[in-house]
Amino acid sequence: MEPIIQLSERSQEALNNCVHCGLCQQACPTYTILGLEADSPRGRIHLIRGADEGSVGLSEAFLEHMDLCLACRACESACPSNVRYGGVIEEVRGQIHPQVEPRRSWLERAVRRWAFRRLLADHRKLRRLTRLLRFAQRTGADRAGARVLRLLPGHMAEMQPALPPLPKRSGRETIPPLVPARGTPRHRVGFFLGCVMDTLYADSNVASVRVLAENGCQVVTPGAQECCGAVMLHGGDAEQTLAQARHNIAAFEAAGVDAVIINAAGCGTTLKDYGHMLRDDPAWAERARAFSAKVKDLSEFLVQIGPVAPARAIDETVAWHDPCHLAHGQGIRSQPRQLLQSIPGLKLVDLPESDWCCGAAGIYNIEHFGMSMQVLDRKMEHIKDTGVGTIVSANPPCLLQLRLGAHRHGVELKIVHLVDLLDRAYGQRPL
Amino acid sequence: MDQLIEQLGQIVGPRFVLHDPDDLIAYDCDAYTIQKGTARAVVLPNSTAQVAAVVQHCHRQGIPFIPRGAGTGLSGGATPLGGEVIIGLSRMNRVIEVDVENQRATVEAGYINLKLSQAVAGDGYYYAPDPSSQQSCTLGGNVAENSGGPHCLKYGVTSNHVLGVTLVLPDGQVLRLGGKAVDTPGYDLVGVLVGSEGTLGIVTEITVRLLKKPQATRAILALFDSTTRAADAVAAITARGIIPAALEMMDRQAIRAVERGNFPVGYPENLPAVLIAEVDGLEAGLGEQAQQILDVCRECGAFEFRLAQSPEERARWWANRKTAFGAMGKLAPDYYVQDGVLPRSRLTWVLQRIEAVGQKYNLMIANVFHAGDGNLHPLIAYDHRVPGEVERTIAAGSEILAACVEAGGSISGEHGIGIEKKNEMHLVYGEHDMAVQLYLREVFNPDELCNPGKVFPTPSRCAEVKQLVASSREHT
Repeated sequence: MEPIIQLSERSQEALNNCVHCGLCQQACPTYTILGLEADSPRGRIHLIRGADEGSVGLSEAFLEHMDLCLACRACESACPSNVRYGGVIEEVRGQIHPQVEPRRSWLERAVRRWAFRRLLADHRKLRRLTRLLRFAQRTGADRAGARVLRLLPGHMAEMQPALPPLPKRSGRETIPPLVPARGTPRHRVGFFLGCVMDTLYADSNVASVRVLAENGCQVVTPGAQECCGAVMLHGGDAEQTLAQARHNIAAFEAAGVDAVIINAAGCGTTLKDYGHMLRDDPAWAERARAFSAKVKDLSEFLVQIGPVAPARAIDETVAWHDPCHLAHGQGIRSQPRQLLQSIPGLKLVDLPESDWCCGAAGIYNIEHFGMSMQVLDRKMEHIKDTGVGTIVSANPPCLLQLRLGAHRHGVELKIVHLVDLLDRAYGQRPL
Repeated sequence: MDQLIEQLGQIVGPRFVLHDPDDLIAYDCDAYTIQKGTARAVVLPNSTAQVAAVVQHCHRQGIPFIPRGAGTGLSGGATPLGGEVIIGLSRMNRVIEVDVENQRATVEAGYINLKLSQAVAGDGYYYAPDPSSQQSCTLGGNVAENSGGPHCLKYGVTSNHVLGVTLVLPDGQVLRLGGKAVDTPGYDLVGVLVGSEGTLGIVTEITVRLLKKPQATRAILALFDSTTRAADAVAAITARGIIPAALEMMDRQAIRAVERGNFPVGYPENLPAVLIAEVDGLEAGLGEQAQQILDVCRECGAFEFRLAQSPEERARWWANRKTAFGAMGKLAPDYYVQDGVLPRSRLTWVLQRIEAVGQKYNLMIANVFHAGDGNLHPLIAYDHRVPGEVERTIAAGSEILAACVEAGGSISGEHGIGIEKKNEMHLVYGEHDMAVQLYLREVFNPDELCNPGKVFPTPSRCAEVKQLVASSREHT
């Protein structure tokens, strides 16, 4: 049969590194929950090989196994020979989703198209939606609105308790395009707003710019930037992802910065991958590579430049949840911990399996709610066992998911972004 | 729909019966990838009762079946020949009882080896047999293969730690063998079962011994400029009566693989050989034991030593060593690991023969050695896409095994015979010896439905089994 996918050289190399040893199994949330070989990284790789060779087609079984992967990349950290599986599953999804698009219901197709190509791609549309959500929250209509959400595909209604109190303004509406450094300017950096991050967690974006300024950074926030494209990428709309990439690369080129700072783990991984995504586009390949080389996670950057020691004490006990795309996707684990430990008075408690996926996996929780909740349960059991009152993380889907978890498990839990604590420790001096 | 699928679905629930070709493809082999086959179906039961019902059904219908744990086996023990029903134990992964006071635990067969040690660590105990795949492999699989591991040098292999099992016989009857005590009256049927590679029935629950964690451990690395010198050190350590908790060796190619892999230690580039030695026990006296090992290694020409300064450092060294097989993926797309046993005094000779075999067949071979008990793992790196390479690899492997036997050793230390070494059984057993083993199998598995075609070169009733397999295959 004609192969349904054609893997890039990078993916071929990744698959060549896999020798079918199976040491990835217990790192994989779907394998530990289902016990199915085909829902383990090894099994998925085996299927992908078959698809690439033409012995596996677009069967329901194949699609289900590909879709059920959280793309958490925990397997990458466990794999003896460093198989870079994350990029492979993203690429495979990007190639098979257009082929199976006709199988979806018209409603599902419409919602996906709207979500990926309108809502998230244009910050104004997302802003309108979040203003509506905020209104609903403040009037109590959101719980009633949940019933309306049930009409839509996916489990969006069940996600309603995940929403934090929405801020009045987005980061884009608050942050000046150019923010001077406090004291002697050491660096000139660009700040990436994100989409969900900037609307639902706008305060954390403002806090991020403050923290950068405190650390001697002149911060440029280009107004033309849009969503990084991660959600489209994970959802299989590769075309839209590339459109986002080109748009953002251009937006930041004009800014002339040493680094592009991102405070959301999922976005960071995608931004760092623009170079690979556009490798075959001669007009963009070099520009994309140059852009990606500048991308730094906020914690990564601060530790790299040597952070200013925060002066204000925060007398709280917290635990850190490693976002998958930070720990497994970018290898960033020690930096957030180092920054937390630098805050006077803050007590950092170890969270067992801190890098176990929370189950959000972008919008996986909407698409595969049951599995997502099972994955979340394991995380919540660990959190409950530590007895902490505050969980710290650095990725919007994780923050939403953990808040939902607290609600479902009936625990009092503050969910905060790493930068929120740093900001408080630096004194929150206005921009 | 296939009637069998429907009937199996009634036992375990339709969700847990796989029959779509794209679901079955993932089960076409275990970690021995040279041979693959297509099962008729995969069933994932959740209890001993369900396993027994499935087995009983298959037995009545004359359908062959295969037990499967994590599928990390290295000899094809869980690989279908074609048309079997695979009974996967991965959902049976619960702890039944932990009895720390009496130093034992009972778990379901799908429970992960490493998880057991983790579960009892808080009480100061652990489960000693530590195969390198322990983060994935199941205790059921360990029982089937009588798995070893680096620390089995001092503490013994799986059979030394199994007190009792719940066994589903190939006709569906459920038996409890052994018990909670170390020795039970009558024949040692547990001993017969451990290492029987799934050919005598399906183990669903296991009672194992727990050991108290040693008060202290010392881990040592000794770097050598040749495998000969390292081998001499191994022999010298043993000759002095020192029994380390573990004693492992890696050669140049193996070190190259692990250093390029995900868990590098920071060995010098191009290091010819390294010994990893560990002693454990009471704190008092450990220093002296460690010193003895250091002295021996120095006498034999080690040029550098490292002593682990922290539990984290020790863990890093072991992660590096234990991921050696998987790390072969950094050197080539495929690998084939051999499992030879040889007298420690003949190691250098065998390694030279292996190098010659590598040159003869133009294949790169890395060597990982359970130095303490003479169990050698040559890892042949190859690429199955290159025409003729698989055949050369198999031929090379065969010659290596023959060399081990010639040196006075054997063809399997711990990975089992499975499919892989059926033909080499003739090197170790005469016809009569083999016949006696087959008589025993007939007692448990008279119709040869349970994991047929494994371990022994000729099934006891060859033609009948082939017919069974073929008729089952017609339904796939």
